[in-house]
Amino acid sequence: MADTKKTIQLEIITPDASVFKGEVDFVLVRALDGDLGIMPSHAPLLASLQIWPLMYEKDHDRNGIFVVGGFLEVKNNTVTVITPNAELSGSIDRKRAEEAKRRAEKRLNAKTQDIDVERAQLALHRAIGRIVTVTQYGKKIK
Amino acid sequence: MPSAREINRRIKSVTNTQQITKAMKMVSSVRLRRAQERALATAPFTEKIEGMLRRLSAALPGDDSPFFKKREVHRTCYIVIGADKGLAGAYSSNVNKALVSVLKDRRRDGIYLMVTGRKPVEYLKHLRVTPEFKWTGFSDKPQFSHAQKLAAQVTKQFLDGDFDEVYLIYTQFKSALSQEVQMTKLLPISQEAVAEKKGPEEEYLFAPDAQQVLSTLLPQYLNMVVYNGLLQSAASELGARMTAMTSATDNAGELIDKLTVHYNKVRQAGITNELTEIVSGANALQ
Repeated sequence: MADTKKTIQLEIITPDASVFKGEVDFVLVRALDGDLGIMPSHAPLLASLQIWPLMYEKDHDRNGIFVVGGFLEVKNNTVTVITPNAELSGSIDRKRAEEAKRRAEKRLNAKTQDIDVERAQLALHRAIGRIVTVTQYGKKIK
Repeated sequence: MPSAREINRRIKSVTNTQQITKAMKMVSSVRLRRAQERALATAPFTEKIEGMLRRLSAALPGDDSPFFKKREVHRTCYIVIGADKGLAGAYSSNVNKALVSVLKDRRRDGIYLMVTGRKPVEYLKHLRVTPEFKWTGFSDKPQFSHAQKLAAQVTKQFLDGDFDEVYLIYTQFKSALSQEVQMTKLLPISQEAVAEKKGPEEEYLFAPDAQQVLSTLLPQYLNMVVYNGLLQSAASELGARMTAMTSATDNAGELIDKLTVHYNKVRQAGITNELTEIVSGANALQ
């Protein structure tokens, strides 16, 4: 009964804008409990995401979008990702991310009482996610 | 009766004021347009997150998440969103009025005030009330991070038991001419309100599981409600300022017209007076 479509609609929404919208062949995200791959005609799904790049494949070409947590919903052959913040791999400043990573590590290693460990860890996760996005998918964007 | 020169000086001063109000009017109309666009741009995000919450509530009826749980109310938190700057017509006084009605209803120790914007903070100072938390400097250009910070703070204190309910007082933007102060309940979230009315249409899969998705979704939902409040208030502030400055410019124009007529009359009267003097002086010599 379900018609097997070849592509799936992907949309990434942040509070301020729609970051990405288009037909893709495959979506890979990292949910709280591990990686999730979504092919066309996937069953309805709701998932919480980690701070990690989302990968989508289109015409055998892989691209990454860095999503800072958020949620993914699959319904009617549409993948909707809502996230507080998302960055295309081409718009990430690698140097800045590396600096942020060093700063966060320094803060975590400082072992002083008055640091906000949770905040530093989040900053570290964001920095690592950005670096991974750039290294894996950055060069493909012209 | 002021002299012609005095009137002339007055005209010049009103013209200066008019130029200032005109500039402010144009600035706020441009910024209002931008604020409206941003408020519109959040609509899909809002819609999606509400949809997800509905489906989750349908999947988990009667969930005992602390976000849903109604407690006996000892203390109520009010988040007040106001303006940093004045000259926005009745905008600030409307927010202040809502604030006063809250303060009148309850004993002071039954209220926890979180105030953003310099105007309401100053007003509270005038009433000799110290808000528990205040944050200023972003009222006309709120970012999502501001909402995140506010929501995180309020959630933490709500879960710690500092207060048992949270209301958000903000100004809903209807049009540049009309804005309405509104008070909505933020916490506890009423599950009946968000739950889907009709039965579950489709079976959803959840990753990792419904409970965990819900517990991560609820903070995001709060962020979004607060962000929406901030954006609506910012648009309202700019709208009110634009309207106020438009009427100020019009009034200045009217005043200038009146003064000019007056000036001409005084000048004419002066000339007539001088002529009469000269003529009568000449007559006296004959």
